[in-house]
Amino acid sequence: MKPRHKRFAFIGLGLLVLGVATVLILNAFQSNLVFFFTPTQVASGEAPTGRSFRIGGMVEDGSLVRENDGLTVHFIVTDTAKRVPVTYKGILPDLFKEGKGAVAQGQLIANGTFVASEVLAKHDENYMPPEAADALAKAKASGAQQSKSLVVPQGKKESL
Amino acid sequence: MSVNWSKYSAPQAFYPLAGRLIPWFAIVAVALMGVGLYMGFFVAPTDFQQGESYRIIFVHVPAAWMSMFLYVVMAVWAGIGMGLNARLSYMMAQAIAPTGAMFTFLALLTGAMWGKPTWGAWWVWDARLTSELLLLFQYAGIMLLRTSIDDTRRADRSSAVFALVGVVNVPIIYFSVQWWNTLHQGASVSMATGSKMASTMLLAMLIMTVAFWLYSIAVILARVRCIMAERESLSVWDEQTAVIQDAAEAR
Repeated sequence: MKPRHKRFAFIGLGLLVLGVATVLILNAFQSNLVFFFTPTQVASGEAPTGRSFRIGGMVEDGSLVRENDGLTVHFIVTDTAKRVPVTYKGILPDLFKEGKGAVAQGQLIANGTFVASEVLAKHDENYMPPEAADALAKAKASGAQQSKSLVVPQGKKESL
Repeated sequence: MSVNWSKYSAPQAFYPLAGRLIPWFAIVAVALMGVGLYMGFFVAPTDFQQGESYRIIFVHVPAAWMSMFLYVVMAVWAGIGMGLNARLSYMMAQAIAPTGAMFTFLALLTGAMWGKPTWGAWWVWDARLTSELLLLFQYAGIMLLRTSIDDTRRADRSSAVFALVGVVNVPIIYFSVQWWNTLHQGASVSMATGSKMASTMLLAMLIMTVAFWLYSIAVILARVRCIMAERESLSVWDEQTAVIQDAAEAR
């Protein structure tokens, strides 16, 4: 083996060791790296109690209720398995909608309600013109579109 | 016609070659940037949920891709430099760092500008944003480490080790949105699942990516020429014949 082969082997080995170490470290800190907890995790007691944390999921359809003061809102965050009622007083982001993703920061109170101090909207990775979204929604409603997501099917891409 | 490519590993031969290539890369980069931005702002349709604010994607995503890609390229040059003890490889690694840092900063800046109208926050400490910020610190650290060591060979080796160690962060940035739940959405374009964008939007984004790529090549070649001239302590490099005029002799 020439010296330069040795050096390359050394670099490769170093990167490999480093990669394995990183994987182990990230696994160990797995629970600290999540940005929010899902309602299922909250229900199973994985979320911290007695201190502030974030909860994330879909805003359940038809669950958004606005109080008369115009600022206080109640809604339910769901991951389709579990539901957590959320109360928030403040301005909601423009993209906050029923049936869309949201992340709320706050605390669970005794009756199981999550009192949020901040609500963020989480949008998905699909981008398309509104007409295409409408067409997909209609197709989905009539049962033609089986896909759960709004992913554009291969054949329809050209028509966009 | 066969070209002896290995001769370009010598700075004396690479210097004039780089000089001849720069204008072409620069011109095409500017032209494609014009086309890409025009398509992004005027041709691509309005998004169904974000309206017009999604249009920052045409700068944000290409910049973020370049920030990660350039880091890997820099680490590869650093690794080759260490393996072969090649001066030019170290110079390439040195030349890439500022451009990589610039794209990282651009990705973070456009991300903040996009986050406020869509998510409702300029900044959140989720895995994607935090690891990208760490990448900016890595670029800055590599540049600082280099300037803090006077001996060029030691500076080369130290910053190469830093660059190679830091390369573990690149897959973390890329896969953060899959491995952990984050506020940042998943990838719209990937090898595995294809594209989740309308085709005009995707085309504009890819044109911008190629434009940023060519811009990077032009700027990095220009910078590596400066580094060569500086390191070799030669005031005049003859472009046509690639003959180095020995500075001492000139005096």
